[in-house]
Formats: sequence, C-alpha cells, structure tokens
Amino acid sequence: MNNATNNAIAGAAVVATPGQPVQPAPYKKVDLKSDRPTWCPGCGDFTLLDLYFRLCERRQIPREKITTVSGIGCSSRFPYFVQAHGVHFIHGRAVALASGLSLSRPDLHVFVFSGDGDAFSIGGNHLEHAARKNIHMTLVVMDNYVYGLTKKQTSPTSPIGFKSKTDPTGAVDPPTNPMKKLIAAGATFVARTSHTNPQHALQMMERAMDHNGFSFIECLSECVEFYPGAFDAANPRKGGQFTIIEEKKNDGTPEDQKRHDPSDETAAYKLATLPFPGVFGVFYQAKQRSKNDREQQLIDTARAAAGNAGPLASLQKTFARLK
Amino acid sequence: MSNTSNPNSGTAVVANAVPIKDAVIRIAGNSQDGIQTVGELLARYSGRSAQEVMSYMTIPATISGGPSIYQVRIGSDEVLSVGDEVDVLVAFYQHSYEQHISVLRNGGVLIYDPDQVKPNPDDKRFTCVGVPMTSLTIEAIGGKGRDKGKNMFLLGLIARMFDLNMPKLEAMLKDWGAKRDASTMEATFNAFRAGYGFDVGRMGQNFRFIPNERRTGRPLVVMAGNQAMAYGLIAAGVRFGAAYPITPSSQIMEILRAELPKYGGMFLQAEDEIAAVCAAIGAGYGGRVAVTSTSGPGLSLKTEAIGWAVMAEIPLVVIDVQRGGPSTGLPTKMEQSDLNIAIFGGHGDCPRIVIAPRDVEDAFYSSIEAVDLARHYSSPVIILSDQAIGFRVEAFEEPDLKAIVREMPIDFTPRGADFKPYEDTPEGIPHHAPPGAPIANNNYPILTGLEHNEAGHPGEDPKFHTVMTAKRRRKLQKLAEKLPTPEVFGPAEGDTLLVSWGSSYGPAREAAEKSIAAGEPLSALCIRYLNPLPPGLDKIFDRFKRILVVENNDSGLYGFGQLAAILRSRYCNPRIGGINKADGLSFKVREILEAVHSQAR
Repeated sequence: MNNATNNAIAGAAVVATPGQPVQPAPYKKVDLKSDRPTWCPGCGDFTLLDLYFRLCERRQIPREKITTVSGIGCSSRFPYFVQAHGVHFIHGRAVALASGLSLSRPDLHVFVFSGDGDAFSIGGNHLEHAARKNIHMTLVVMDNYVYGLTKKQTSPTSPIGFKSKTDPTGAVDPPTNPMKKLIAAGATFVARTSHTNPQHALQMMERAMDHNGFSFIECLSECVEFYPGAFDAANPRKGGQFTIIEEKKNDGTPEDQKRHDPSDETAAYKLATLPFPGVFGVFYQAKQRSKNDREQQLIDTARAAAGNAGPLASLQKTFARLK
Repeated sequence: MSNTSNPNSGTAVVANAVPIKDAVIRIAGNSQDGIQTVGELLARYSGRSAQEVMSYMTIPATISGGPSIYQVRIGSDEVLSVGDEVDVLVAFYQHSYEQHISVLRNGGVLIYDPDQVKPNPDDKRFTCVGVPMTSLTIEAIGGKGRDKGKNMFLLGLIARMFDLNMPKLEAMLKDWGAKRDASTMEATFNAFRAGYGFDVGRMGQNFRFIPNERRTGRPLVVMAGNQAMAYGLIAAGVRFGAAYPITPSSQIMEILRAELPKYGGMFLQAEDEIAAVCAAIGAGYGGRVAVTSTSGPGLSLKTEAIGWAVMAEIPLVVIDVQRGGPSTGLPTKMEQSDLNIAIFGGHGDCPRIVIAPRDVEDAFYSSIEAVDLARHYSSPVIILSDQAIGFRVEAFEEPDLKAIVREMPIDFTPRGADFKPYEDTPEGIPHHAPPGAPIANNNYPILTGLEHNEAGHPGEDPKFHTVMTAKRRRKLQKLAEKLPTPEVFGPAEGDTLLVSWGSSYGPAREAAEKSIAAGEPLSALCIRYLNPLPPGLDKIFDRFKRILVVENNDSGLYGFGQLAAILRSRYCNPRIGGINKADGLSFKVREILEAVHSQAR
C-alpha cells in the first residue's frame, strides 16, 4: 500500500493534472532549505536536518510528496526548515496524526521527527500502538536526554543523577530505555544511532525508509546548551566508543556465529540492556505486513464481495435493506 | 390512541377493529427477552406501511441482563415524540408491571402474563388482559419447557390486536431469520402464529391504523440516529474516520468500520480519543474531510487537537453523541449539556462550526452538511447529537441518493507562484494544499498550531495574531450571513416562543401543536446552527413576550441553560428564559406545557 501507484483509498486517485506531468529536474539538497533553523549553534539536530536533505536528494522523493510531521519540542521545529509539505502538530501527537495521514494516503512515506519528551513521555501511548499496528511511517526521535525548549527539565531519558531545574539534586527516576520500549511494543524496525556519526545515521535512515511498516530510529542528538557532553562516551572524537552492531551475513563462517541476527527479538532485547553508551545499528527488524497492507486487503475483499459496485449502488443496496 | 371517525382502512382482516391514527406501545421485560427485536420489527413494519414511527428503549446499565423496555409509537400523522404515556403496556414480569403501570394512560390496555404477573385487582383504570405468554409459547414451540420465543408470540399478539398485514409481517420475519437455522425459525413462526391466534379483542378491543395521508411518494427507510449519521457520512464521500469505543456513540464507528472498506475507505479504531481525533486530522490534512465520533468525555479529550485544527484551518467532522455529564455521568442516558464545550471548548479564541440535528432524518442530512461545511470553510465542525436521537428508530423518506451521493477527490492541482494558504481575504477562507500538490514557487506551507503569516510560517510579530485571529473569526461571520433563518411554527407573534435545539425539537414542537389545538397557542422554533447562529433570530424574538429555551441541561448558576445563556448574551434580550431538566430522559410534552404555565412571567 506504500506503493506510489497504488492508491488504496478510493478517491485518493489524483485529480488529473492536465496533460502529462513534466518530469521535474532533479533537485539538490540545498533546494530543500527553508526557514533558518532556530536551534542553538552546535545542536545535534542540525546533523539530522542535513541528513534528511541528503536522503531526499539521494532518493529524489518527488518534491511535492515529501511530508514531514512533528510534535512539540526543539526537534519538532524540523518541518519549518524543510522546503516541502509539513505539519507542526501538538505535543506528543505527531505519530497519531501521521497514522491517519499514512493510512489515508498510502502514496506517501511520512517522516516524523520527534524528541524524547514528545515521543516517550506525552506521546508514549501513540508510539506503542503505531508500533504494534505496524503503521507505515518512519519515526526519528532526536534524543537529547533533556527538555530543551522549556529550558532544562528532566526528560524521560535523563539518567538518574542528572541535575535539572525539576531535579536540582539530580534525577531520581529510572529512565526509559527506547530500544526496550520499542522492541516490547512490537515495532518491526528498531535502530539506534547518533548525530556524531552522520554516515551511520544516514544509513539507518535509508534502511528505515526501505522498511515496509513502522520504522523507528533513536538518534542521540546532543543539547549543547542544557546537557553538553551527554554523549561523549559514544563519541570517539571525545575519547568515547561508537560500537556498531555487526549483523549476520549468513556466510557460514565461525565469526558469523557471533554476529547479531536482527530478526532475533531476544538477542535484540539483550543488546538493549547494555549500559551506556551501548551499541548502534539495527537492533531488531521483522518482516510483517504493515497495517496499510492489511487494510488494503480488507478493502480488496470488501470491494470484491460488493462486486466492485460504486458508492451509489452500494448505499442504495444498504438502504433497500433498511426499508 | 386517538380514535377517528374515518374507518376506511386498507386490508381489514380482524372484525370490529377500531380505526386509530396513533398508538404508543411499551413492552417491558428483561433485556434477554428479545423485546428489542419485536420493537424493531414493529418499527420497520410501520415504515414499510408508510406509517410514522418513533421508538425509545432503555439500555440497562448492567453488562448483560436486567430490566429493559422498548417503546414504539406508531402514527398516521407526524410523530414528534415517543409519547408521554402509553396506550398499551405489555408486562412480562411483576417488576415490569410495577415499574411501568404508572405510564399507562387511563383507559389503556394492560397485557400481562398471568404466569408471572399479579396485577392489582382493585385498579380499575385499565382494560387488563391476561395472556399466558410463557405457557402458550412453550406449548406452541413443542413444550420443551423453554419460553424463548415469547417475544415472537407477543409480535403475533400485537399483529392481531392492531390488524397488521400478516403476509407483509411474515415476509419481514423471514428476512430477519435469513441467517438463522431452520429449527429456530420454525419455532419462531410457531410462536408468532400462536400469538396471532390469541384474540385480545375478545376481552378488549382491536385496532387498525388509518392510512397515512401525509405520505404518498417515496418509500420510507427505518433506522436509528447513529445509523443515519454513519450513512450520511458515507454519502458525503467520507472515506476515513477514527474513533475509540464509547457509549452511546460506538455504533457509528462500528458501522463505519464494517462499511467503509466497501467504499474503498477505512476506519481506524484508535488507542484513545486523542489519537482518534489526531488521525482524523491527519487524513484531513491529506486532502479529504475525515471524521471522529465520540461522546462527552471523549470530546473533552479531543479539545486540544480541535484547537489545532481551528488554528491550522484543517477540515474535520467531530460527532458528539451527548450523554449525561460531567465525567462518566450517565453513560446510557440523554442530555444536551455539551453545547458549551462544543462551542467554547479549548484555550484561546477558537471559533468552530457547531450544528445539531433535530431528529433521526436530520441526523442523516446534518452529517452531509457538516462534511460540506468542513470542506468549504476548512474548519472543524462539531455535530451535537445525543443518546435519544442516536438510539431511537424513526421512519423517514428514503433520501434521493442519486442526487446526494458524492465522491470527495483530493485536489492535487499544482498551486501557482502566488499561493498563500492563509491569504487575508474578506471571506477569510484558507486554501489548503495537501501533500502531493506541487507548489510553483516552492514555498510550501507548514500546517501549524503556532500563529503564522499568510504563507503558513510562524513569526514573532504579534500583528499576525491580530490579523489571523480576525480572519478565522470572520470566516464564520461570513458563514452566519448565509445561514437560513429558522422557521417559526405556529403564530408568528404572541405570548410565548419555545426555542429548541437537537432532540428537544420534537417535544417542543408537539407542545406547540397541542397548545394550538387547545386554543392557547404557543409558537416553536428550532435552531440547527448553534455556532455561528443564523441571522434574523433577534427580529423573531422581538415578536414574542417571552422566549423559553427548552433544553435538557441544568439551569446553571445564573438561572439559564446553556443555549439560553448564549442567546441572552448574543441578543441582550432579558425576555429569554428557559425550561430545563437533567433527568436523563427526553422531555415529555406535558412537562413543557406545565413549565410554560407555571413559570412566572
């Protein structure tokens, strides 16, 4: 159903553009620049924006079909900075909006950019169910372990001991583990990356985009203003370690035994329990039908059962029953 | 039952049947007795016989079982309410008799099951007919000692009593049983015919409806308000919706979930009320009006997202099948107390369209109108239905589907270089470009809850807020100018005007009819467009000494119900008062007439 030529929802058929549409010239990432980002200088979110431009450029997603959705938070200013269709929605509900958009417009690949507060705290419930239902979209959570827009309060991913305006003596609550949360929720693509390794982050975004269903990426994105140095331990340039998950190649070699099988849910969960900075890459990926596909099947079955009758004939039949 | 001197009936079978044009029948039993089936079959039969009909049922608050009633009013003239009192009461059990005998009118017929009920022998107000329904049903279906099928016995009994057309009724019963097994249907028909064989007329009276002269043309359809609303949405081209189960609106989502795939659409059962409205907004952003249906508590939860749709100017239809509130309130009872949240709910200056259907037929047309308004004005539209309209069954003329049914294509037309989604025009209507629509100057709009400029991008300059707030308000002011002025029923001027909205329409109108017949005329008017209000109400109000707003909600801290308070503030008219109640039940005509007379002037 995420096939551009397959308009599942009746009437989603394009209002014909007169004549054959002219193939537009390929665009460059610079063409996608829009409003000047309001992020602080040095913010990790800049990297994500640039990678999104690169992704669109590389894939040449038709310009008018690029659709970027966000909620509330620093990260969620994202759509304003992309010269394409976009929605800046209310706090925590971007995934819910994207669900309706994705299911009613299967010709789009909806990208949602969110933050740790938006996705894991106020929006936790929607995350859980969009993952479980496998609604086709890509969600990138730019995780900075702090509330930035409201100026340094504890976030659901702030580690215990983190000093913030709401925890002046240090955070006391255990943080959310995004990988565990998403694997347990039933997400079919769960990956982790960091803005400090753009190449890896772009790779994750491409793989997420190629995944049919709900794809989730946690991207560590440093808040230089309110939590500087939070991710140094994952940054080789700061003396840390960026350990990439080696995935099974199924080449029969002995070393392949030790490699990670992303379809192994238990192994993925084990990786998620590693202490910070942990590992980066695809923790879990399962091939399952997306909700979009399942709904399309319901449509196909119902349409066939109704003899592919048009709306007038179908409704007339129903009303005849009600006489 | 009002007798009439016109005895010309259709197919008279039962001898000496008295011609009537109106009857209210209440069947009281337990919820597992199948009385709802009898009530619905009677309602459908009435519709097929071009009779007017309105039903009323109670839903037990318990999960399963418990006392339950189904009341059906059948008329050869317009049926506006379900009836203050009943002409025929059927009591299956002692508790049915005790709880409902008070609504039987003097001279009415009590049909009771002597196997279960001992009526008060000293009460001589009624014609009491004992029909051993339990034992006769067991006898009729083969003496297995089970009385399942008692409802069908009763249907036969009523068919005889009201001289209903047997071949027509049997054909309907066959349709009803199409998916049931042969032995069940054999038992059904045995019980039904045994009931028909029992002549209540020997002890009381048989009746026959005179033909309905108001209906001559189109056939009638019979359905409940929730059904009418769901089919209205489909007719209007809605192909996406989302909701979370909640009484008494769930039926709407159940129908749409089952029906929409046939039309190439889908309905999302969301994880919560908030997700449901957000998904509908997402589909609306995608280019076509989508719907979310709910009831009071759900509307509270959806409020923030509705505010976003007002700000970003996205089309959206929200159905609120009102129930008693606040909080969990009375989940299975009717109330009209969500008007304030529908009109004002949410933070900020947040204008949106609110309409209320007045009966089941209007529920169908209101949902179509809501979709059109949402699309044209790119605005949320809230439809205020209520439990009474949602659940009751009425017969109405089959809509002209050929003229109504429409598709709602997405407008992917490339937008020009001068495209401004929020252009500050006199009409104030935005131009929404959904994803997939190319924008010539590459100045793509971002739909946002932040205050924005004409291009849809946020700015710090507070002057945007002044301009855009005015634009969003002006949009609805322009709509108000185009709305039709409601018609006054009864004298165009006089002492008292009864103003109703939503389901208080029927009883208020019937109260006016009765008062006119009694020579003390009251006038009545129903407001369908609640926000913005239609033009011309002030001039109408000026012609009456007092205006009483009939609404099922509390009279409030300052003595006025929710619509009355709005009308008073809108028109600065101190002669606007109200008739209010909050007992979970629709107004009785009598209650309105008593309030009119008792209220000090």
